[in-house]
Amino acid sequence: MTAHDPSLARPNTPVTTYRYDEFDAAFVRERVAEFREQVRRRLEGSLTEEEFRPFRLMNGLYLQLHAYMLRVAIPYGTLTARQMRRLADIADKYDRGYGHFTTRQNLQYNWPKLIDTPDILEALAEVEMHAIQTSGNCIRNVTADHFSGVAPDEIEDPRATAEFLRQWSSAHPEFSFLPRKFKIAVTGAEHDRAAIMVHDVGLRIVKNAAGEVGYQVVIGGGLGRTPFVGKVLRDYVPRADLLAYLEAVMRVYNRFGRRDNKYKARIKILVHEKGIEEVRAAVEAEFAAMDRSAFSYDPAEFERIAGFFTPPPYEALPAESAKLRAERVTHPAFGNFAEVNAAPHRVPGYAIVTVSLKPIGGIPGDATSQQMRVLAEASERFGFGELRISHEQNVILPHVKQDDLFDLWKLLDGAGLATANAGLVSDIISCPGLDYCALATARSIPIAQAISKRFSDLSRQRRIGKLGIKISGCINACGHHHVGAIGILGLEKKGQESYQITLGGDPTFSASIGEILGPGVTAEQVPDVIEHIVDFYLAERQEGETFIETWRRIGHARFKDVLRREGEDGADI
Amino acid sequence: MALISEGRFIEDAWRRLADEEALPKSGKIIVSLSRLEHAVAHLDAGVALGVLAPNTTEPEPLAAALPRLSLISIVFPAFADGRGFSLARLIRRAGFTGELRASGRLLADQYRHALGCGFDTIEIPDDLAERQDESQWQAERTAHARTYQRGYVAPGSILEARRKAAAK
Ligand code: HEM
Ligand code: SF4
Repeated sequence: MTAHDPSLARPNTPVTTYRYDEFDAAFVRERVAEFREQVRRRLEGSLTEEEFRPFRLMNGLYLQLHAYMLRVAIPYGTLTARQMRRLADIADKYDRGYGHFTTRQNLQYNWPKLIDTPDILEALAEVEMHAIQTSGNCIRNVTADHFSGVAPDEIEDPRATAEFLRQWSSAHPEFSFLPRKFKIAVTGAEHDRAAIMVHDVGLRIVKNAAGEVGYQVVIGGGLGRTPFVGKVLRDYVPRADLLAYLEAVMRVYNRFGRRDNKYKARIKILVHEKGIEEVRAAVEAEFAAMDRSAFSYDPAEFERIAGFFTPPPYEALPAESAKLRAERVTHPAFGNFAEVNAAPHRVPGYAIVTVSLKPIGGIPGDATSQQMRVLAEASERFGFGELRISHEQNVILPHVKQDDLFDLWKLLDGAGLATANAGLVSDIISCPGLDYCALATARSIPIAQAISKRFSDLSRQRRIGKLGIKISGCINACGHHHVGAIGILGLEKKGQESYQITLGGDPTFSASIGEILGPGVTAEQVPDVIEHIVDFYLAERQEGETFIETWRRIGHARFKDVLRREGEDGADI
Repeated sequence: MALISEGRFIEDAWRRLADEEALPKSGKIIVSLSRLEHAVAHLDAGVALGVLAPNTTEPEPLAAALPRLSLISIVFPAFADGRGFSLARLIRRAGFTGELRASGRLLADQYRHALGCGFDTIEIPDDLAERQDESQWQAERTAHARTYQRGYVAPGSILEARRKAAAK
């Protein structure tokens, strides 16, 4: 494959991405070889399916409704053009020409064959990618803010920390057979784009009174059937103690997390049942008892990693591009795209562009191999060859010159990638639901498509403003419905699909779990109900208020009332 | 039961003593945790003592017996139950230098986890040993040259290797 790889010939290699050294490369290759051997032993019979299961999961391989599913890690969401092209090639060769970007900075292939997966992992390893620990009861792929390194409100790029943690958690001898999966997210900014409050461990980069960088550690957040907002375990852990402190957290969880019931095995249940004080006491006691020197933090190693995430060679530009201003006026469609999908950048004259994978009526998060190649090209021509995947299932181009936005837009538009709806009602997060998932109780993709079509008028969407709709096809909450301003959960009631709607969820620092609106509604009713809620919000909102602000101000009961009136006796709603 | 040490199946020199059996005058015996205190107090000095510890055992109560113990066998009720790995770490941290054994339906694929956490030997049921022959344990023992973690018993950590490479 390598000989034909056009990206090798391209000069615009991204500069802000971690590059494997010989040890990383050897490590990933060893894992591929190990998995190839495990697949062989499974097929030959020396491993039973039950025994094989955790090892295939630790390599991202699920057994799904129709086929195997492979979940590829995009660590902290950062991807190079070359890697994106490789994902496209794999989609063509081993899948059906597309991939699905998820809420955890992963890409899922829905149709690979078991026998092909070692080859896929090898193709990934060639471009410094893998599927290690994207599933299973281990420390999962560490996620981070998708605006890392470019957000104006950032204290520090969280990717160095995330990479540091990725290495520490990979094939961990002690923590690979935990009571349940374990998810860590990191943010370094004042606005949380990594949903750290709903992770098993959320890390927020902060500064102490002396101006030293450290971490606020939040634990016990999570969604699923018992959603919880995380609690602060420690306000400040110095960087030098981060790994030791996390080892203490993991050891307490490994020893005392429940194993009698998989629905009660997450750390959030431990925190809930024991209380944060007792868990804190156990963690602090373990932390104090540890010989920290044995695996003491190595500042040089952190610096080495951080050195990969330095800014690309930006040009010195005026803060606002006159070219952009003119083009916005002459091309209104482009103007809307620039207004909605471009975010402020920390460097003058640049913008952060969100490429929406939510075309009107499309499948949220799906990208064809052709679109992946266009995205790779876009990043090379207009953004130092770097891409990001957001937990909203979109692709981000983090360093686009404002002068280039128009040309970028034309390129994207030609590939159906220029929908100007980032953050708006049709930018829906949705899990695969009954269309692919063995655990689903209802469809979610068609619901997302129906809502998206209902709100197809983009100017109406802009009037409504930022509003996150999130849909899950079952109580596991892969679509984050609990933290959607409007959340939709698909259930099965007496052989019928039924959808429960929640309002007021928030995945940021001000996190909250949505409140249930009323009895479930049918699939056909969902778009109507959403429309009523949105109309009520528009009628009630005060100047500049977002949906969640209005909801918090006037209260859940008012929203419920309105729907009761709309539905006459309320029986259906 | 089959016993694996350094990637080979070996004879087990230890015998599990049933709770109702009298303490022997010689040999190497493994007693249950509930009998440990009694055995430490009454066993002949020449008899080697081991204990079978459930993976929920607290390391503190064991601490007093550590100087007398030559073997601790930690039970893995299921291969996916990783508590034994953390318990092994705590026992090593408490200063235990004798044989640390993992006992249960462990898989060859977990050998490096066990070695990394300080285990010396693995005891598995015979039916499992038939499916996972010596070559699989050998392969696992040598396949993973380096790990990212430090402070674990491992062939070597990547961080140390990096440091050495950088110093050159
Ligand atoms: C199609 C195969 C999938 C399966 C079998 C699956 C399975 C599960 C299960 C069982 C849980 C609940 C775990 C628990 O609470 O203990 C869960 C949670 C979750 N999954 Fe998935 N999932 C799948 C796909 C996805 C996709 C496509 C996404 C992203 C779009 C995703 C993201 C998540 C997230 C964010 C959670 C909630 C995590 C939390 O509780 O903190 N999963 N998944
Ligand atoms: S929420 Fe349920 S239906 Fe959706 S992907 Fe997760 S497990 Fe499957």
